Amino acid sequence: MEKLLEEFSIGLFFWHSLIFLSLIFLLKKFAWKPILDTINDREEGIKDALKSAEKAKEEMQSLRADNEEIMKKARVERDSILKEARDLKKTIISESKDEAKIEAEKIIQSANEAIRNEKNAAVSEIKKQVAGLSIEIAEKLLNEKLSDNEKQMKIVDELLKDVKLK
Amino acid sequence: MNFAKFFLSTLLILNANFCAYSIEKDPEQKGGIKDEIKEYIAHHLKDSHSFGVASYTKENGEKVYIEIPLPVILYDNGFKFFMSSDFKHGKKTVSKNENYYRLYYHKNKIYKTDNQGTFIYDDSNKLINEKPIDFSITKNVVVMIFTAAFMLWLFISLARSYKSNNGVSKGMGRFFEPIVLYVRDEIAKPNIGKNYKKYMSFLLTIFFFVLFLNLLGLTPIGINVTGNIAVTFSLAILTFIITNITANKNYWAHIFWMPGVPKPIRLILAPIELLGLFIKPLTLMIRLYANMQGGHIVLMSIIGLMFIFYNWIGSSLSLVLAFLLMIIELFVALLQAYIFTILSALYFGFANEEHEH
Repeated sequence: MEKLLEEFSIGLFFWHSLIFLSLIFLLKKFAWKPILDTINDREEGIKDALKSAEKAKEEMQSLRADNEEIMKKARVERDSILKEARDLKKTIISESKDEAKIEAEKIIQSANEAIRNEKNAAVSEIKKQVAGLSIEIAEKLLNEKLSDNEKQMKIVDELLKDVKLK
Repeated sequence: MNFAKFFLSTLLILNANFCAYSIEKDPEQKGGIKDEIKEYIAHHLKDSHSFGVASYTKENGEKVYIEIPLPVILYDNGFKFFMSSDFKHGKKTVSKNENYYRLYYHKNKIYKTDNQGTFIYDDSNKLINEKPIDFSITKNVVVMIFTAAFMLWLFISLARSYKSNNGVSKGMGRFFEPIVLYVRDEIAKPNIGKNYKKYMSFLLTIFFFVLFLNLLGLTPIGINVTGNIAVTFSLAILTFIITNITANKNYWAHIFWMPGVPKPIRLILAPIELLGLFIKPLTLMIRLYANMQGGHIVLMSIIGLMFIFYNWIGSSLSLVLAFLLMIIELFVALLQAYIFTILSALYFGFANEEHEH
């Protein structure tokens, strides 16, 4: 202890304290503060960057979820549209079938009618011709065989036998 | 990388330098060599009024010192200035205004004497000459100024490199930035807590200052700044002052009126705690001093062994030993700086503790 006290130099103590305190002061002002501030800023920057990256990731995820939702909706919509279209097709086909049927019936009906009319016309024509023929026959009979009564009757019978009403 | 080179070259120069020290010695005088080594070690451990580079003995026995003289500043009824070379290694007295001063070279102390320069001893062989107050710029002061300047350059350039390089450090500072971060994250934050910011300047400065001075102490220029009791006292007392100035109410309550214990025990605890207040910085002071001083003594003794053995087996063995010890000393230099800083941080932490009772 005595040796230590003897070794102790007030001058050295004074100079050391002076140098060390001014060193602290100068370094604090010109070095430590800017260094620590920069390091702090940098750390904050890294933290922020990490945070925003995390945020972006979350956003991506929500976007993806949204996308899926939209896709799902679109799929459902597509399905419903397809179904609608199928239904529409069916109704259109059945409607047109019905229409066609009706049309066909109409055509058949009118054809039938025309046929009937034609037939009627033809019948009346035939009737007319038969009447004409009858008159002709009568004429002939009158002209040639009016003398022979028996023969006349025979001819009339024969003629009438040939004539058939339709 | 640069630092590794620096350390390595330091080691080499150190060994070379101590060799150069003793080539001058006469191998015939073996008994003399031991004393001489002892003297060298003792002298090296002490501060000096001049910056010694080398010394040798001429053929006629005259000792020649190659050294840089440093200014001597004495306070003895007013300041007195002169250069240390005026002392001629304690052989001459220096007169200033009718006052005579003489340097006791081996003790490295300046005494006031008569015009003949006589040292007066009392019965127990103790010097009783009057001592002027010595404010000299000694070797240690020069080294401290150099270290302080180096640190200023180093860390200010680091701070500047951030600005010029977009917040990313550049150059030599890059090596020290992780250490700054280490001091903040591993020393200050866990020990002090949330108030760590106001102590950062002190902790960083003390860490690097002690570290650089410790490392410089291992160079062959023979510097022993941190192994000097005045220096470690100054460092420790700063820790002491800062601890007590920044202490909160809680800290004082725990010293004088310990909460949570019965009242009679509080009375016993108070003086113990008060004593602890002073013991803490005292241990800081002694620990650094003794470690650096001890390391230097052991290292130099082993290097000195080479010249005592004076044969190739013993000398090469102690060379290897000295080399290994040097590596340990490098570690100790770092460790002591770390311990001083972390204990200071711990004491600051005590002063800032918030208790929930």
